[in-house]
Amino acid sequence: MAAFSLSSTPIDPATLQRALGDVRAGACVTFEGWVRNRNDGHPVQSLEYEAYAALAEREGARILGEARARFALLGAAAAHRVGHLQLGDLAVWVGVTAEHRGAAFEACRYIIDEAKARLPIWKKEHYADGATVWINCATRGEHGGGARPPP
Amino acid sequence: MLTLDVQYFAILREQRGLTQERLTTAASTPAALYEELRQRHGFTLPAERVRAAVNDAFVAATAPLRDGDRIVFIPPVAGG
Repeated sequence: MAAFSLSSTPIDPATLQRALGDVRAGACVTFEGWVRNRNDGHPVQSLEYEAYAALAEREGARILGEARARFALLGAAAAHRVGHLQLGDLAVWVGVTAEHRGAAFEACRYIIDEAKARLPIWKKEHYADGATVWINCATRGEHGGGARPPP
Repeated sequence: MLTLDVQYFAILREQRGLTQERLTTAASTPAALYEELRQRHGFTLPAERVRAAVNDAFVAATAPLRDGDRIVFIPPVAGG
């Protein structure tokens, strides 16, 4: 499996973490992004993720490469879900290994921050009242007059 | 005139009602093509909030388009 992957089926963090196994590593930091039940004050019932797969995979690999160049890592991997997710589901997973924890914490943070900002992946929230919204895509006149702040 | 393949995702896919189409256009840049499509289909996102990718690579809004290019307009992203 590529170090960055998109998945239309549930992500298994144990499998991904095991693949990073390295006896040189003294630190493994992982991040899990979960589907939560509120956003910007609205009760959320479920989420849909849609990706421009070819570019997301390319950009995801680039972000992992940048992390390896900037931080003293031994390994780095990430996975992002696409499709319809329910509350509590794992939406995104990042894992890095390093000799020491400092580089591992910093690199994990770098990867998730860049992934959120750069991957061509979109999120549609479904609310309890049946309404749906593409996050960050509201324009003036919709939803109280402006784009929502980033999550 | 250029013949281009356009792929749509997320809010643009829903507003266009299609995932892709082949079209012929006088537009020679992503910015010009987006403006043409926005007016034709009533896309709500203004051009400055949309990025462009050609043949699976990000490009500038003013990059020249070539016959046969596959272009994607990228609404504000929201992964993670």
